Amino acid sequence: MDIATLERWSECEWMIAPQGKMRVPAIIYATESLIADMDEKVREQITNVAKLPGIIKAAYCMPDAHWGYGFPIGGVAAFDPAEGGIISAGGVGFDVSCGVRTLHTGLKVADVEAMKEQLADALFQAVPAGLGSRGKIHLDNEAMRAMLRGGARWAVEQGYGRQEDLEFVEEGGCMAGAEPGEVSEQALKRQQDEMGTLGSGNHYLEVQRIAEILDAETARAFGLERDEVVVSIHCGSRGLGHQIGTEYLKKMATTAAGHGIELPDRELACAPIFSEVGRSYLGAMRAAINCALANRQIITHLVRQAFASVFSSPELPLIYDVSHNTCKVEPHKVDGELQELYVHRKGATRAFGPGHPALPDVYQATGQPVIIGGTMGTASHILVGTNRGEALSFSSSCHGAGRSMSRHEALKHWQGRSLVDSLASQGILIRTRSYRGVAEEAPGAYKDVDAVAEAAHASGLSRRVAKLTPVICIKG
Amino acid sequence: MPAPATMENSRLQYWEHFAHGADIGVRGVAPSLAGAFEQAALALTAVVTEPAGLNHDELVEVACEAPDLELLLVDWLNALIYEMVTRRLVFRRFEVRLDGGQLRAMAWGQSIESPGIELAVEPKGATYTALHVGQRPDGHWVAQCVVDV
Repeated sequence: MDIATLERWSECEWMIAPQGKMRVPAIIYATESLIADMDEKVREQITNVAKLPGIIKAAYCMPDAHWGYGFPIGGVAAFDPAEGGIISAGGVGFDVSCGVRTLHTGLKVADVEAMKEQLADALFQAVPAGLGSRGKIHLDNEAMRAMLRGGARWAVEQGYGRQEDLEFVEEGGCMAGAEPGEVSEQALKRQQDEMGTLGSGNHYLEVQRIAEILDAETARAFGLERDEVVVSIHCGSRGLGHQIGTEYLKKMATTAAGHGIELPDRELACAPIFSEVGRSYLGAMRAAINCALANRQIITHLVRQAFASVFSSPELPLIYDVSHNTCKVEPHKVDGELQELYVHRKGATRAFGPGHPALPDVYQATGQPVIIGGTMGTASHILVGTNRGEALSFSSSCHGAGRSMSRHEALKHWQGRSLVDSLASQGILIRTRSYRGVAEEAPGAYKDVDAVAEAAHASGLSRRVAKLTPVICIKG
Repeated sequence: MPAPATMENSRLQYWEHFAHGADIGVRGVAPSLAGAFEQAALALTAVVTEPAGLNHDELVEVACEAPDLELLLVDWLNALIYEMVTRRLVFRRFEVRLDGGQLRAMAWGQSIESPGIELAVEPKGATYTALHVGQRPDGHWVAQCVVDV
């Protein structure tokens, strides 16, 4: 992206002033270097978002923004129903509530190194991953609907995990307002074999070493210590979410004109929040959020079982579970007044700061953990939400490294088998059913996650706490 | 690997992938519109696994309709994704018939559990990004979009 065309507001804050049909400015949080690497499509997409009805304050890009669908991935926008605001299936995406959950292990890296091969094999056996993998849990339609209503709470009631896990999941593990009746039979059918599965593509289960502490006080509050081992699970709502995204994108695209909405990009398919299709989508999308929360809860149970088969009595308590493809109704201050806004985060993480009532007691003083996934060869980061983030981006931060190269291009540069061997020589064990999938996910195909985390920190969206490096990665 | 172009009535038909930051673009090119839809479907299969060498023992019939050709392409690819996931198949051969906004097709393929198939990544859905169905100056039809994986 040509930086000369942006107006600089601060070290990491850049503005595109409203022009043409833009109702609000577009604001990009990134360093000069990250912006220079951003595709011009990001500008096109975020300025299109700024044209949507009822948008409040600005359309935001996070430091990891890249070319997406309608919304850039790493895009945030909030809408006011009183201003004719919309809800957009394109602003949430196919993988509704894709997110990351990180668990303590109570183990040191030396403990894990001694049993690394066995642990890698146990996790690979325990957690179905990759295209075509079948979950161990099969729900009939009635149980499916209960899961869609209850989310992670339902999963705990079924014996997957512990009650105390729920305090450390957004929405207490259960998204209110889910309407299973708005979820089609096709979506239910698509989910049948997929409960408790990781999926494929950029999804992973990773055993990580806490390599660096950057904020000692907050790290203590999060229970993080150098050389401790944690486990991160990255996946979403699987086939159910994908099918909901598919169906509602079409419904919204074909009905937008009837609502008087001019779509600058068909992928920004949207509907007035209080329209029939808007309400229907909200109910279905919330059900998909619960599916994702239940899915990560079931996988947590499977991970704990795998660890227990290798180590004695590991508890693996939950640090936090964040989602990064959602639309949530949240109170935010606009011109000094609290308003209920429909906040779309597409490849962006909610990042509540200290004192937020939605946070567990233990995180009230610090703000919530913000988990930024990196690559299987580099690093991931744990940051913390800030109060400043509320004004900057409706309390939103980035979600990952973001790709710098297409999958097509990545296959020209890397071969899966040699990449696995190369990472093994660096002490990182990969387990996968797809070498081609590994090549597409090569670390070199992603942006520098350290630079993304630093930009999030410098811009005030969230603050760095700890850096994690991979030890074992189960790839889909 | 993109498919080698094949000759039909002395005109080329082929599929290919094109770059998209996070995901994969699929493109079908053929002398006929239906042929372009078939080639785009092969490009979709190639997102999952190499189409050449797949058997085509299992038959699935697909029907969809949409108000315009571009939405119809997306519907067609999404219908195939649904069948792939729920029937656990990958498709190798297609026969598409188009009538206005309606598509009727037959898709032949084999089980994803067949020995020797390496599965890469699961397509989540066909998107409206880079969506285009139209005729080139040489008369060939192009059908393309980006698939979220």
